[in-house]
Amino acid sequence: MAEKIKLIDENGIRTDGRKPDELRPIKLEVGVLSNADGSAYIEQGKNKILAAVYGPKEVHPRHLALPDRAILRCRYHMAPFSVQERKSPAPSRRETELSKVIREALEPAIFLERFPRTSIDLFIEVLQADGGTRAAGVTVASLALADAGLPMRDLVVACAAGKVDGYIVLDLNDIEDKEGMADVPVAYMPSIDAVGLLQMDGQLTPEEFEEAFNLALEGCRRIYELQKQSLKAKYLAIKESVEEAVEEK
Amino acid sequence: MTSTMISRIRQSQIAQLIASGKRLDGRELTEYRPIQIETGIIEKAEGSARVRLGKTEVMVGIKIELGEPFSDRPNEGVLTTNAEFVPLASPEFEAGPPGEDSVELARVVDRGIRESKAIDLEKLCIIPGKKVFVIFIDIYVLNHDGNLIDASALAALAALTNTKIFKYEVKDGNVEIKPGFEELPLMNFPVAVTLADIDGKLVVDPWLDEEEVMNARLTISFDKDGKICAMQKGGSGTLSPKQIIKAVKLAKEKSEELRSLVVKKA
Repeated sequence: MAEKIKLIDENGIRTDGRKPDELRPIKLEVGVLSNADGSAYIEQGKNKILAAVYGPKEVHPRHLALPDRAILRCRYHMAPFSVQERKSPAPSRRETELSKVIREALEPAIFLERFPRTSIDLFIEVLQADGGTRAAGVTVASLALADAGLPMRDLVVACAAGKVDGYIVLDLNDIEDKEGMADVPVAYMPSIDAVGLLQMDGQLTPEEFEEAFNLALEGCRRIYELQKQSLKAKYLAIKESVEEAVEEK
Repeated sequence: MTSTMISRIRQSQIAQLIASGKRLDGRELTEYRPIQIETGIIEKAEGSARVRLGKTEVMVGIKIELGEPFSDRPNEGVLTTNAEFVPLASPEFEAGPPGEDSVELARVVDRGIRESKAIDLEKLCIIPGKKVFVIFIDIYVLNHDGNLIDASALAALAALTNTKIFKYEVKDGNVEIKPGFEELPLMNFPVAVTLADIDGKLVVDPWLDEEEVMNARLTISFDKDGKICAMQKGGSGTLSPKQIIKAVKLAKEKSEELRSLVVKKA
């Protein structure tokens, strides 16, 4: 690396104009795919991610079924055109790992014991990646699970914080993720104060970690409000269309 | 993890003991199992080590080859970490392509080494953009009795400290291998510490039975200066933010203990 890119200017403003503790603009939509039992879409910065849930349904292959609860299967996948250089559509080791940690973040939210011998299949497709796709993937996946009508302890919401040019910042974008000094993605269930996903790479002192971790939790709480709004918006839209239909009669 | 009747009885037994501050195998909550480290056990590998952590046994072999750098890092050598869950290590392991657990294990160990800049990758560049050394870290699980991450990270570190790299000469743009070896250039010494949450209590170095009953685990890797260089939560349960902060403090203490087993204080 010849020249280190400056990611935060002298006024503490980031490359995309945000303050250190500011989230990127987020757009959430619930119920976007008609075939799926539940689905949702998120845009967070330039991230564009779809999630769909099928199930609870019969398990194939059958020997994977559990007698006392449902299994959750999760596939996190990136479209070949989602990144600068075409990504092979075959699942990479990174995607394998992320599928696992995302599943482990969502499993504790669902009352799996209500659906023994079934599977709930969750698909997360990253259509465009802009840093923080695992966190946005968790946020949108939990909306798809809720949209599928699955009983849940809470919505799971995820957000990353990290260290960029010596500052602790919230919700890293692509360049901050790649050129930054550390990244801490966190998935959280705010109403039961439980963390389901926590990873870190980079270098942080324990004190810096605590600061970044708390900032990520704060980001989670803010996105949580947006999640609830988007779920309500779907049902308000249905209510309005029904009311219109009644009026027309 | 498992949902058999036997494991439920075992679960309550393990959890009850831990609630009173004891463990089924007699350890303290913050105590590691006995650790044995041997290095240089495979002569044909450029570096090697075997770690026994209680009954868990992991071997790491390091091979070095000449190869091409990644296009976005033309001046750096390449580091590749792979983990094999060898079928002889556990009745649960099956031959075949790597499952998500072995991919996770390799990636967590890799993250600790990479993010702490343990290997001076720039010194492994021979001809920028064309020829570099490629370091293969192969983790071989020989007996699985829990906490594979810490055992593997420790074995990888021990193997790296014992790795020799062949000498070379560049003649007319070609790399010629010369007789003799040098030490692999190391800059840091990361170790991983894994804690499990069992009914709200944190225990260090969970063995297999504890892993089967834990809510979740948290692995924290520390570099030689006490900085965190990698983290991974695993398992299908959750941790509270308070517990996570507590785990970081506890893991930092234990990391120094582990590192002293491999690296003599300079």
